[in-house]
Amino acid sequence: MTRLAAIVLVAAALAAIPLAAPSNAVLNFLVVALMIALAGQGWNVLGGYGGQYSFGHAAFFGTGAYVTAVLQVRYGVNAWIGFALGIAAGALVGRVIGALTFRAGLRGSYFALVTLAFAEVLRIIASVAPITGAGVGTLIKLDLRPEALQFQSRAVFYWAILGLVTLSLLIAWLIEHSRFGAWLVAVRENEDAARALGVDATRLKLNAMTLSAAITAAAGCFYAQYFLFIDAGIAYGPWISVEALLTAIVGGVGTIFGPLVGALMVRILGEAARLVTGDAPGLDLVIYGAVLVLVVAFAPRGLMGLVTDMRAAFARRARRRAAEVTGG
Amino acid sequence: MLSPAILIPAVLNGLLTGAVYALIALGLTLIYGVLHIINFAHGALLTAALFAAYFAQKLFGIDPYVAVFALTPAFFALGYALQRFVIGPASHGDDRNMLLVTLGLAVIVENTLLYAFHADTRTIDVAYGFQTIDVGGAFLALPRVVGFGAAFVVALILWAILTLTATGKAIRAVAKEKLGAELSGIDVAHVYAITFGLGTACLAVAACLLIPTYYVNPHVGNAFVLVAFTIVVLGGMGSVPGALIGGLLIGVVESLCGLYLGESLGQIGIFLIFILVLLARPSGLFGERA
Repeated sequence: MTRLAAIVLVAAALAAIPLAAPSNAVLNFLVVALMIALAGQGWNVLGGYGGQYSFGHAAFFGTGAYVTAVLQVRYGVNAWIGFALGIAAGALVGRVIGALTFRAGLRGSYFALVTLAFAEVLRIIASVAPITGAGVGTLIKLDLRPEALQFQSRAVFYWAILGLVTLSLLIAWLIEHSRFGAWLVAVRENEDAARALGVDATRLKLNAMTLSAAITAAAGCFYAQYFLFIDAGIAYGPWISVEALLTAIVGGVGTIFGPLVGALMVRILGEAARLVTGDAPGLDLVIYGAVLVLVVAFAPRGLMGLVTDMRAAFARRARRRAAEVTGG
Repeated sequence: MLSPAILIPAVLNGLLTGAVYALIALGLTLIYGVLHIINFAHGALLTAALFAAYFAQKLFGIDPYVAVFALTPAFFALGYALQRFVIGPASHGDDRNMLLVTLGLAVIVENTLLYAFHADTRTIDVAYGFQTIDVGGAFLALPRVVGFGAAFVVALILWAILTLTATGKAIRAVAKEKLGAELSGIDVAHVYAITFGLGTACLAVAACLLIPTYYVNPHVGNAFVLVAFTIVVLGGMGSVPGALIGGLLIGVVESLCGLYLGESLGQIGIFLIFILVLLARPSGLFGERA
């Protein structure tokens, strides 16, 4: 219950930020960070709780973004419906890739490879297929009406993405407190043992992947509505696959707040690097790569893991002191 | 249907490309066979090797075919050091961590190159770059024929190292039974690093063979990665003959797909193979099990 209270508190605190009238740049930074946190929470559902490390979550992000954009631009579908269908399409892509790989019994390295390959192929297709605008990309017409899911004020966008992130936190909380989540963790820790105890691991992973894909696709749909432009390199590019897993790993895999904390940290680091070195191409990604290696090396359970360790250390010290007082 | 006059050169050219693909896949499959992880930094390290070969020629005027004798040991040392001092210690013996660390290294290498050399595409000029030889009516670029031959020589050398030397025996022992090898006194961390070094050295050879007819930019490795992964999956993870035959096969498929479907869709043909193999036989043609 304390976790649930924490989610409400964090959401409320974040929701209050626009009331302090921050600059557009700050608000924009937070919107992007929250969007990455959402994509990262999607990765966390499958990678963190399920132990299936995907290197190709761009496949879901991009599908969400493209379906939202293409339905509006080419078929005149309402943006809200496009957004919902984008999430559904992302979930479907996740389900299909999951069905192909999990049924074939692919795990570990194979799974990472297959997801990466699917994302790459979708990128190649999107960069030549006429329906996606091929190399030119797709531009959504500026139409600042709530019916078109576009808002005059950045603050509304901010609250929208915050709402989605809060929802994803609640989903993570539900996973932690459900039988589904317990099974998922069992499969992560030892799939063969879980199977031996009667857990239907294939179906379980398939469901986790569908949910995971849907959450990351929602981030993609939001990207399309917020920036109003996508091309193959943005939607299906490796950058989003890397950021989705990076935020979860930096924050702490398999924790509710990991992706959110990780996204803020990673984005702050990226911005700081840009301030120091100017807008040099590639440098922010060099830092992301270095952070990934360093976190895996020195804090494998991420920032949330460090917090837990520190708490435990404080508790130990407090106990020892209490013992000294009573003993002495 | 296309006439044999077009088909035969396409097949031959596919075989030539495939041999270099095979070389890249060889490094990947070797690392997988022993460490049981996919090295996601493979493409980025190939890019680094291409840059090294490029600058050796541009700055010092060293021909790529000469530079290969310096770059191969250098990249062996680089690969050894990466596994011994970065990937191994950083991943705490957990496979999933190893994947993440190689991914992180890929991002670092690729973007450092992007930062240092920008996204420009570069090529070198060598006297023999456009020479061709006539094989039964098909004109084949000389550097690519050289590459074809060299790929087999490298495969042979690798095979000799693995079967005839004590180190090779240790590598095979670790690949088969890591704990058993450790118990009989083999330094597993050292063998892992040697294997990683050999896999990286393959990339240096491939880079020197590619650079006379190919180009280099910071993202060029990615073009080969998907292809190399497909070859490794097709041939069977960890199988050396599988990588060779898979490489040749994929080279021909790409060439024919390019001929029938157009250049941009050539890679889609490769991907269809990838999916089909995964569905029908995830262990590949020569692999033991998935």
